[in-house]
Amino acid sequence: MKNRLIGTSVPRKEAFDKVTGRARYVDDVSFPGMIYGTTVRSKVARGRLRGIALGPGIPWDEFVVVTAKDIPGINAIHLINDDQPCLADGVINHPEEPVVLLAHPDKHLLEKARQAVVLDIDELPAVHSIEDALAKTAVVWGEDNIFKRYTIEKGDIAEAFANADVILEGHYETGAQEQLYIENNGVIASYSEEAGVTIWGSLQCPYYIQKALIPLFGVGPERARVIQLETGGGFGGKEEYPSMIASHAALLAKKAGVPVKIIYDRAEDMAATTKRHPSRTVVRAAVMRDGTVVGLDIDFAIDGGAYSTLSQVVLSRGLIHAAGPYSCPNVHILGRAVATNSPPHGAFRGFGAPQSIFALERHLDEIGKYLGIAPDEIRRRNFVKPGQTLATGQVVRDDVDMNVLLDRALEAAGWGDKKARFAVENREEGSVKRGIGLATFLHGTGFTGSGEKFLASIVGVEATADGHVRVLAASTEIGQGTNTIFAQIAGDALGVDYDVIQVGQPDTAFVPNSGPTVASRTCTIVGKLVETAALGLRQTLLGSGLLEEPYSSEQFVKACSAYVARSGELRAYAEYKQPPYIKWDEDTFKGDAYGAYSWAVYVASVKVDTLTYEATVEDFVALQEVGKVIHPTLAAGQIEGGVAQGIGWALYENVVWKNGRMANDRMTDYIMPTSVDLPPIRALFAESPYSYGPSGAKGIGELPMDGPGPAIVNAILDAVGIGIPRIPATPEVVMEAYLANTSVTRVCRATEVARG
Amino acid sequence: MRAHVASYDLVQPGSLREVLTLLAREPGVYRPLAGGTDVMVVYAGGKLAHTKFVDVHGLRELRGIVVTDDAVTLGALTTYTDVQAEPTLGREFPMMGQAASETGGWAIQNRGTLGGNIANASPAADSPPALLAYDASVELTSTRGARWVSYATYHTGYKTTVRAEDELVTRVRIPRIAPGAQGSRVHMFRKVGPRKAQAISKVSFAACVDVDGTRITSARVALGGVAPVVLRVVATEGALVGADVTTLDVAAIGATLSREVTPIDDIRSTARYRRRVAENLFVELTRKLKAHVGLGSQAR
Repeated sequence: MKNRLIGTSVPRKEAFDKVTGRARYVDDVSFPGMIYGTTVRSKVARGRLRGIALGPGIPWDEFVVVTAKDIPGINAIHLINDDQPCLADGVINHPEEPVVLLAHPDKHLLEKARQAVVLDIDELPAVHSIEDALAKTAVVWGEDNIFKRYTIEKGDIAEAFANADVILEGHYETGAQEQLYIENNGVIASYSEEAGVTIWGSLQCPYYIQKALIPLFGVGPERARVIQLETGGGFGGKEEYPSMIASHAALLAKKAGVPVKIIYDRAEDMAATTKRHPSRTVVRAAVMRDGTVVGLDIDFAIDGGAYSTLSQVVLSRGLIHAAGPYSCPNVHILGRAVATNSPPHGAFRGFGAPQSIFALERHLDEIGKYLGIAPDEIRRRNFVKPGQTLATGQVVRDDVDMNVLLDRALEAAGWGDKKARFAVENREEGSVKRGIGLATFLHGTGFTGSGEKFLASIVGVEATADGHVRVLAASTEIGQGTNTIFAQIAGDALGVDYDVIQVGQPDTAFVPNSGPTVASRTCTIVGKLVETAALGLRQTLLGSGLLEEPYSSEQFVKACSAYVARSGELRAYAEYKQPPYIKWDEDTFKGDAYGAYSWAVYVASVKVDTLTYEATVEDFVALQEVGKVIHPTLAAGQIEGGVAQGIGWALYENVVWKNGRMANDRMTDYIMPTSVDLPPIRALFAESPYSYGPSGAKGIGELPMDGPGPAIVNAILDAVGIGIPRIPATPEVVMEAYLANTSVTRVCRATEVARG
Repeated sequence: MRAHVASYDLVQPGSLREVLTLLAREPGVYRPLAGGTDVMVVYAGGKLAHTKFVDVHGLRELRGIVVTDDAVTLGALTTYTDVQAEPTLGREFPMMGQAASETGGWAIQNRGTLGGNIANASPAADSPPALLAYDASVELTSTRGARWVSYATYHTGYKTTVRAEDELVTRVRIPRIAPGAQGSRVHMFRKVGPRKAQAISKVSFAACVDVDGTRITSARVALGGVAPVVLRVVATEGALVGADVTTLDVAAIGATLSREVTPIDDIRSTARYRRRVAENLFVELTRKLKAHVGLGSQAR
């Protein structure tokens, strides 16, 4: 198999439709008789629902009204624990809890009606922070507010701490973050007794929604069909949440007898849907004078919000990434996902890893500062090497040399020159100080541990009557390039032109379950299945006598067409088989957490205005080893966009919580960086092929979320000598740290170990 | 869109006279709507309590900038884009263009008006501190006639002003310095927002200081975002006027300024931050003044 398409920047499959406005998103779609739906929410963080009243001034007889009583099956959004109700029934656990659904042909009147519904709720004490959840100031979930607890153990942590030269402790926090896809959540649902429920929507994971609809309606999978329409971004925000909005629309459609469309406006989308889990991490490091980290004792906690949803999975990824790309021989990591009374936090690019990586990468700079060792040097002294083990005991099989990546990134960033120049300039009187900082990290590709084995994803390819080949997968195009890379991979496997390949619309009635579009798995895991399935189709065709090697693209198309004319159909499927070396123990968190990792070094140059405490990123270098770059333009786009999102998380995007509700639920007040706030972002790649990825490709999509936070805050430390312990490092946060003159000895309690 | 559109009334009289007649007939019932850059945000959020509006955006009488020997007079419907394009403002009142260029983004600058900004009376507005620093006056017109009020006395409290309910903001006047006046002028404007564009300011600072030799002959210092109104810090100004730039007691005057501002915590920032930044920007002004008279290092 020769790569003719892979490694080139072919035009995006759906680019023409998108730039000409032909692409149809859910709000562009309408059905005869369709009406609109809306959601009445609790507004109270925690309480007991006493009653629901339909207030005066509204022609209620024109409305379809749905409450928990109208649910034909089980009142839960099926995911892992099924603890989240579809509609609140008696108990309120967060201020955006859906209680009543309304539908009406007039959108404007619908909004007036929404405001006229009166909920009688007795308020109960609520919990609004990780600390309060752990301290059980009120018990709001289970017996102890803890959704899940995991630990990782490696070596002998007690001995490491007893024998270290110094122990440094640091406390770090990261805030919630809104995904801010361009297109808000939205779906259309229809219902009939014969066909059951059909959902059209903006979503990442069609089969998640199907699995949620089945118990809710008490129907079989053949009567719960989900179709993905063109989707304006997801970033994880359309992984599990669409199951909620789809369930709501479906309940309304069933009662109304006509299709129902629900489109959230930006305020509702921001306040009610999922966000990145806030986190709090305590890192205790046992360190030798030369900077070798001999022991890491990490306490990692994330705020899951009111229901468990995906928090345990986010926790596990965060935990596994908490010890970074280092060989530290003695590790103890405690991870806890806790309940609070805010809307459930959920999937967001990086999925727990950015949070724990922030803490460790910040802490390494604090250790370096304390010991007088430069940030690059302290990392060199601790990098894991092939053959050594990560925190879970996983032996590094990737052919990676972090020192080489570090050298290349530092050179690209002009590290040495900038360090020297800033040191001189920062002594001048002006209010602007500059600094440079870095972060080194890895990110596991695909589902954690045995996740991929359990998913057992399937991909199909089929020949069409006119001789094209269509990829059949539930993996969605959400702006990241799924359609394009699948066509490249299939095209090269078949040895045909790019235009020969089509990508089928994800529709649970027609495509096999290739798993969710999450976890940087689409290219590596699903792409490999596309390749395998395509090779299967090619074998069938070659064996049929209709095609002989060597063949041209035209000859292939003719042969395909002839095969379909002769036999009716030509399809091939591939199912995921776990690489044989992967061993994972879910109970002890020991073994091969991921089949492969992508490795990265990010460098940020930052200026800090000491008059206004504003930090601005002036230059950004993002170097990553990703196995193989399938599409250079898309890959660079993923990195640039991810770094921009990471800069937002690091400096600007501050969710202001009031009693568990996002108070700044509009883009005027929730500040994401615009193009003028962003630096040039230089995306650089290294390639060390992974045997189980298509042409060697590993994951890319989430990686860029991991590095910007710590690299930027480390650059602030370099600029002004202030170690910021939390992000977003808004000017207010920087000012408080500045006025307190936060230094390593305050951020990290340093304990010199007495030697006998 | 959370507003119920049918619950709102918008009338569009064709002339200034008709608008004023409507305002006189039913004072306070119809609220003037100009560029709508603030009103529409509140409307979209479903939080626009006022339901009756009179559209003044099409009134030609309220457009145009007139430059005379003693003043620049701007029609109330002058947009931020218009402000940036006017050469006399650019030369003599640079903070006007600076404030305008940092308001919203291009779409807002094309649509938003100076008169609307003044009437809306947000303490976080961008142009008002510059208007205060340039000693502007505002013309209020009703069927009873027109009157000029000093902009320094226009705001009376949070979103309250001296404008009567039948009055419309019609013009804004900025006095020019007489040719041949002694000394030189230092302008300093700084908007501190949460990002570089499309942002509502947390603190804004505008100062216009006249210096003769090393002596300060006049000082107007105004801040946004630190009080219920856009604020002239008159005690601070008083301490500056007559002082010698070379011997300024920066700490003492800074403390005066700190006493004059009364910032609050809200979803956009904290009181501590606003106060501290206001103090820092004042120190920066004194550095600029020293640099201007040839002392100290270059101002940045």
